[in-house]
Amino acid sequence: MKTVELTTPLDEKQISNLESGDKVFLSGEIYTARDAAHKKLVALIEEGKDLPFDLQGAIIYYVGPAPSKPGQVMNSAGPTTSYRMDVFTPLLLKHGLKGTIGKGPRSKEVRDAMVKHGGIYFAAVGGAAAGIASTVKEAEVIAYDELGPEAIRRLVVERMPLFVVNDTRGNDLFEAGVAEYRREE
Amino acid sequence: MRELDVSRITEAVADLSIRTNIYLPDDVKKALQESLEREESPLGKEILQVILDNHDISEREKMPICQDTGVAIVFLEVGQDVHFTGGALEDAVNEGVRQGYKEGHLRKSMVADPVIKRKNTTDNTPAVIYTRIVPGDKVKIVFAPKGGGAENMSEVRMMTAADGIDGVKDFVVDRVSRSGGNPCPPIVVGVGLGGSFERCAMLAKEALMRPIGEPNPDPDYNEVEKDILRRINNLGIGPQGLGGRTTALAVHIKMVPCHIASMPVAVNVQCHVSRHGETII
Ligand code: SF4
Repeated sequence: MKTVELTTPLDEKQISNLESGDKVFLSGEIYTARDAAHKKLVALIEEGKDLPFDLQGAIIYYVGPAPSKPGQVMNSAGPTTSYRMDVFTPLLLKHGLKGTIGKGPRSKEVRDAMVKHGGIYFAAVGGAAAGIASTVKEAEVIAYDELGPEAIRRLVVERMPLFVVNDTRGNDLFEAGVAEYRREE
Repeated sequence: MRELDVSRITEAVADLSIRTNIYLPDDVKKALQESLEREESPLGKEILQVILDNHDISEREKMPICQDTGVAIVFLEVGQDVHFTGGALEDAVNEGVRQGYKEGHLRKSMVADPVIKRKNTTDNTPAVIYTRIVPGDKVKIVFAPKGGGAENMSEVRMMTAADGIDGVKDFVVDRVSRSGGNPCPPIVVGVGLGGSFERCAMLAKEALMRPIGEPNPDPDYNEVEKDILRRINNLGIGPQGLGGRTTALAVHIKMVPCHIASMPVAVNVQCHVSRHGETII
């Protein structure tokens, strides 16, 4: 377990250096998408059309922020539960996505796809939404404004605190952490 | 007979929408603080500290504790001597939600059609409203915004008398075990026992309103709560599901009589952002 400062875009070496359990401070550009936006992204890929942002090396944060107050860059913006995106994620990883940020465990299919395509799954602390918002320095809606909180946003973050859950070697912090603290009755 | 203009209800609901989403009840904060002292996992401790720090930030900046400001669950206890004027009671509640979520810059998370169109109603209405008529001339409003992540981990099961209390315990522990990190642990677990299919689900939600630390009025069920809590914390799920000794802060059971053929059991899972507040008019 180490602490790593990372700036996007991530290269192969940075990604393969990450290990399950590492603490990461992430800086740079990331994109937000949750249920409705994922459905649209996958439909675009299946139709062979361009996406609203370049997936190559991209990181997607599963979040639907609270609406900003006047003059505020970002209102509360903690992670949403990741499993709802599991059906879409393997295809996105196949098309260049490198990282996802959310809360809760991923399916076997997603974990296998991360090993195969070299992807990382990070956990942000669910419910710690005001603190996370303070690490967001820029935010703009780049697609599907009509979806409100579910629109796709481009964010620039500075030292967003995350934990590596799944690395490219197939390790899983949920499994390892729970096994360590479980007590048989 | 007391005349009460429904605009008073609107004002109170709007205020509660904002207040409950920024300020967590003291009992929940205290339970989180105590869990930090007990937690064995270094990562778990770190996460609990992040959660506690977040309360300070949200209160200072007047930002919602969590971006998921929930479906607006509203319990109304209406004194039977109250006569409402100025409009329909439920419209007044929804107007309060509309105003509170707009003024408070809270997230609007309701879709009009749950399956096919899933289009956002854009004002977080409609609220889920439960009204009881009680003696007196007061109106009590309990407001509990409920996030989707934890609500999705909830379940109702029609058990049988033969399953007994051990069956109930196993079901609750198993439901939490299957939830893992999804409902943002540490969680609060509401358990409803008895009534009917829908009544026990409501009881489970009502059980979440009890302050943490207040014992169950029934000594037998108080022991059951402790036993289930111990078993849940022995699952090792821990803060955010990343391993640790703090999976749940409390288990609260609420029960009512039921049919001789039935034993309905409901589990309503609540995240660490266990929001609720009340006003009496
Ligand atoms: S489960 Fe609770 S803390 Fe987690 S995202 Fe939902 S509302 Fe927020």
